[in-house]
Parts: sequence; C-alpha cells; structure tokens
Amino acid sequence: MKVLIVEDEPELLKTLVDSLTKENFVIETAGDFNSASEKLAVYEYDCILLDIMLPGGSGLRLLEELKQTGRSGNVIIISAKDSLDDKLRGLELGADDYLTKPFHIAELNARVKAVLRRNKLEGKNTIEISNIILDLKERLFLVDDCNIPLNRKEFDILNYFLFNKNRLVSKNALAEHVWGDHIDQSDNFDFIYYQIKNLRKKLQSSRANIEIEAIYGIGYKLIEK
Amino acid sequence: MKLLNQSLKYLSVSILFILSLWAVIFYFNMLREIKESVDEGLENYKRQIIYNAKTDSTILTKKKFDEGLFTIFEISKSQAELTKDRYTDTLLYMQDADDEQPELEPVRMLTTAFKSNGQYYELSIINSMVEEGDLIEELLWEALWLYLILVLSIIVINNFVLQRLWKPFYNFLGQLKSYRLGTGKNLPDVKTQIREFRDLQSAVNALLQHTLETYELQNQFIGNASHELQTPLAIAINKLELLIERGELENTQAESIAEVMNIISRLVRLNKSLLLLTKIENRQFLNNQSVSLNETVRQTLSDLEEIAEFNDVRISLEETSNVTVEMDGTLASMVISNLVGNAIFHNIPDGTVKISISENTVRICNTGKGEPLDYIKIFTRFYKSESKQSGTGLGLAIVKAICGLYGFTVSYHFGDNFHCFELRFGEH
Repeated sequence: MKVLIVEDEPELLKTLVDSLTKENFVIETAGDFNSASEKLAVYEYDCILLDIMLPGGSGLRLLEELKQTGRSGNVIIISAKDSLDDKLRGLELGADDYLTKPFHIAELNARVKAVLRRNKLEGKNTIEISNIILDLKERLFLVDDCNIPLNRKEFDILNYFLFNKNRLVSKNALAEHVWGDHIDQSDNFDFIYYQIKNLRKKLQSSRANIEIEAIYGIGYKLIEK
Repeated sequence: MKLLNQSLKYLSVSILFILSLWAVIFYFNMLREIKESVDEGLENYKRQIIYNAKTDSTILTKKKFDEGLFTIFEISKSQAELTKDRYTDTLLYMQDADDEQPELEPVRMLTTAFKSNGQYYELSIINSMVEEGDLIEELLWEALWLYLILVLSIIVINNFVLQRLWKPFYNFLGQLKSYRLGTGKNLPDVKTQIREFRDLQSAVNALLQHTLETYELQNQFIGNASHELQTPLAIAINKLELLIERGELENTQAESIAEVMNIISRLVRLNKSLLLLTKIENRQFLNNQSVSLNETVRQTLSDLEEIAEFNDVRISLEETSNVTVEMDGTLASMVISNLVGNAIFHNIPDGTVKISISENTVRICNTGKGEPLDYIKIFTRFYKSESKQSGTGLGLAIVKAICGLYGFTVSYHFGDNFHCFELRFGEH
C-alpha cells in the first residue's frame, strides 16, 4: 500500500511517517504545494493525507486537480481548521474523510484503513484475522463462523481495535472515537475499563484467537494469540 | 420623562409667567386708555354745556345729577379763579340697567368753572366708569382662557410637529436598541435632513464600527490562536503515543507520560471549546435543519449510558411532547450532551438525573451538592463550581452561546435538592 502525506509541519510529518511505517505502508511525503502537485501528477497512491494550508497553495486546489483525473476518492483531509465550509468543499471535491488536528494516531490509523478498505474491496467489507470475522456492513462478529452478539459500543470498540491491530489505543482515543468528543467534562475514562472487561469476557468465552492487552494503564493493544 | 413632556412643562410654566405679566400691563394700559377716552368725552360735554348755558339759562339751575349727569352751582369770582379743570374718580349712587337698586358706582367727574353773563359757575360733569373689579375679573378669565388655549395648542403642536421632527431620532434609537455585536446586522441607518441627528448617527456609527472591529479582532485572535495551537498539540500527542507504543518504558515513566498526555488532552479540549465558542459567535454554523430533540436526547442517553452506570447515576426520561427545532444538528447534540453530561458528572453516588421533554421545553434535573449554584456566574466562561473538576469550564458557556445564537433561553434553578436546567424554545 502506498501512502502520500502532504503536510508542511516537519515534526508532525515525521510522527505520521513513523506511525504509518509500522503498518508496513510505503510512505512518500511532500512538504509544500508544488512538490505535492508534482508527485500527484506522476505517481498513483492508495491513500493521500492532505493538509489544506500549505506553503505555495491550498490543499483544496490539489484536491481539484485530483478530482479532474478521478482520483480524489482516497484522500483524507487533515486540517487544523475545523471549518464547515472547508469540510463541505473537501467532501464535495470527492475527499473520503476530514480529520481535524489534533488527532490520535489510532484515529488516523483507523481512518486510513477504512479508506483503503472502501477503495480496494469492492462491496465486501470484512476484517478477517485468525479465526474471527468482523463484518462491518452487517455489523456482525463471527468466531469460527459462529455469531457472537455484541452491542453497538462493543462492536465499535472491537472495530477500532482491529483497525489498530498491534498498535496502542489510548483510553482518550477510544473514548473520543466511541463516545464522541462531546465528553469534555471528565478526563476520567475509567468507565472504559468495564467496557473492555465485558468485551474480553466475550472474546474468551467464544475462544477468539485475539486478545486485548492493557498497556501501562494508558490504553490497550489488540494482538493475535 | 419624555422630551415631549419635559418641553411642555417648561413651556407651560414660562407661558404662565409671561401671560400674567402681560395681563397686569394690559390691565393698566387699558384703564389709562379708558380714562383718557372718558376724559375727552367729558371735555366735549363741558363745552357743549357752557355753550348751551349761554342761550338756555335753565341749565344754570341744575343742582342734581338726575338726568343731564352734570350740576352747576354759582360761585364767587375768587373761587372761580382758583378752580382749574380737575378730573377725579369718585363714587356715586346710581342705578344702572342691570341694578335693581341704586348702588355705589365708580364715576369719572370733571370739575371746572366758567363765566356766563357776568356770573361765575362751578360745573361738575360725571360719566360712569368701568368697574375695576369687573375689569380685573374679566381680564383674569380672558387670560386664563388664553393660557389654556395656548397650552392645548402647544400640546397638539408638540405631539404633531415634535413627534414628526423626532421621528428619525426614535427610529435610530429603536435600531440601536436591537443592535447586537457580532450578529452581522448592518449598522443603524436613518434618512434625515436634520443635521444634529445626522451628526449623532455618524458619531454613534463610528463608535459602533470601532467596537465591531475590536470585537472581530478579538474573535479572530482567539480563533487564530486556537488554530495555531492545534498543530503543536497534535505533534505532542502523537509523539507521546509513539513513545509509549515503542514499549521500552518502565512503569513509572509510563505513568508520568500518561499524566502528561492527560494534561495535553485537557489542553486539546479547552482549545476545541474556545474554537467552538468563536465559531458560534461568528455564526459559522449554517447547516440548519429540523432537529427532533427527543431523538437527540435519546441518542445522548445511549452515548452516555455506560458513563452514568459507572458513576452510579440513574437516568429517567419523561416525554409528554415532541420538540422539534430548526438548528444545526451538531450544536443540538452539543447542548443536550453538555447538560446531561454535567448532570451525570456533578452528581452524587446513587444519584438521579431526571429529564423531561414537554411542549417547547427540555428540562434536565439532577441531584448533587445540596446548595444552589451561582446562577449568574455558571454561564460565564471558565466558571467551575469545584476546583477539582478537570472540565474546561466552558460547557455551560457553550450551551448559553448556542441558545443565544438561535434565540432559545436556558435557565437554572434549584429546588427540592435538584439542580435544574431548563431549555425553552419559544413558539415555532
């Protein structure tokens, strides 16, 4: 999988490259409008992370160029500006997703995977690891072809973990992803522990070959047994 | 007091003064004129009598004022020489047409001496005068009527003319009253030819313009500052996440990093809330649609279910009506989730949250501290009731700003150990 990251802030670019390299993607980067434009003209990418405010021009113009050649469908806009206008304009130009900075690495990971899945696996949208299948379309969880009922949030948590297999998912990232980012009253995400406990029980009793590990009390990691 | 009434007050008092002064002067002038005119008549009469006396000697024997209104007495030469024409005001018993009995009437009397056929006579001629009391009374009434008519006319003229004149002013004032900073409305504008009003308008508008610019600059500054913070915050969070992921840390180091991450998360939330407030104030939410608040509430409750359970808080929902409002969907769920979230987080163990939806009203009540909150301060930015809370202190400010944006009202009251927040949506 080939990913292009267009981002003018070198430090952020570096962390994004570090993170996505762990997923074994081939990463290319561009730090300004012109170099991004050149790369987009020459190469094909499976996913493009695009900052809007770039030295030399707007990311939206790059998106326009991509749309003209019908290649804007795998673009995720990453912007510091949570602007409805930009969002609507970006999605209108065919961008797949819009992510506002700052974001958790796990969140970006999940979004990139979602884009890659949508564009590669026509219609069929399942995650298959070891003996489990997560059907994103029908929202079903199968272990050894046996349906294990999950409630809405358990399903979302598992989905998020599977998109971030072998990666750290912090409690904050999980809470924001599953419970929405309106939860600004408390940074006490202890309630997540109970949710994970329930999910672990279901994974164990169904003999799924995956497990959720706690990491330093900061977050969790899903691994294959 | 209205300008109209104030000017009326001053005018009526000064007119009363001027009119009284005028009445006094007029009275004395009038009296003088009357006397002069009467004296002239007496003088003419005198000549006629003296002339008549030369031919008709019976006139010379008239001793009483019975008819001719004159008397003639013989006097000596020396007396006659001493007598000059003399006008006096005196009183005589007379019977006027309007009197039943003779009564004392004021008269003007001319006393003079003349010589006829070598004999000297004293002649007194009278003419009835106006009664001064009558005159004063008459004049008083006239003045009073004049005063009343004047005041009435002034009221009418004031109401008609002044109100017309001041119309541009009141119009301008009305526009100014409904003007709010940051609502994107045009500056108050009134067409008028009156220079003072035009000056006032340009002075006020210059002031408004300046305030508006300052306000926009401030908003812009908060917005820009928050935006500029987003990228560094992103870098900080992501670097820490990568550091932990590498897994080469000891537990204590990881704990410290977790603490730093929590603090950065707080910064992120604070920053996001400030950006949101700026956006609300700049009216950057135009994605209005019909939102069912019943659904929004149910969605929020399902989102917060586990958190409520974890905090040992029971939530009950009572719906007696469907409330549908025109607004941005994201903002609607933000209002509800902020209020419900507060109700859960600021609760006591084994507490309750009661939500009721009735016509045009959503009410969220919760158990909590046994004393009311400061209902004025709670909606201001950065207000926190307890310092240990790690919230941003912007939640209710956001609720208030969103309600302000759409003309809804949010109010707080405390009763029966319940803290209640009530949203009212008016008639739609």
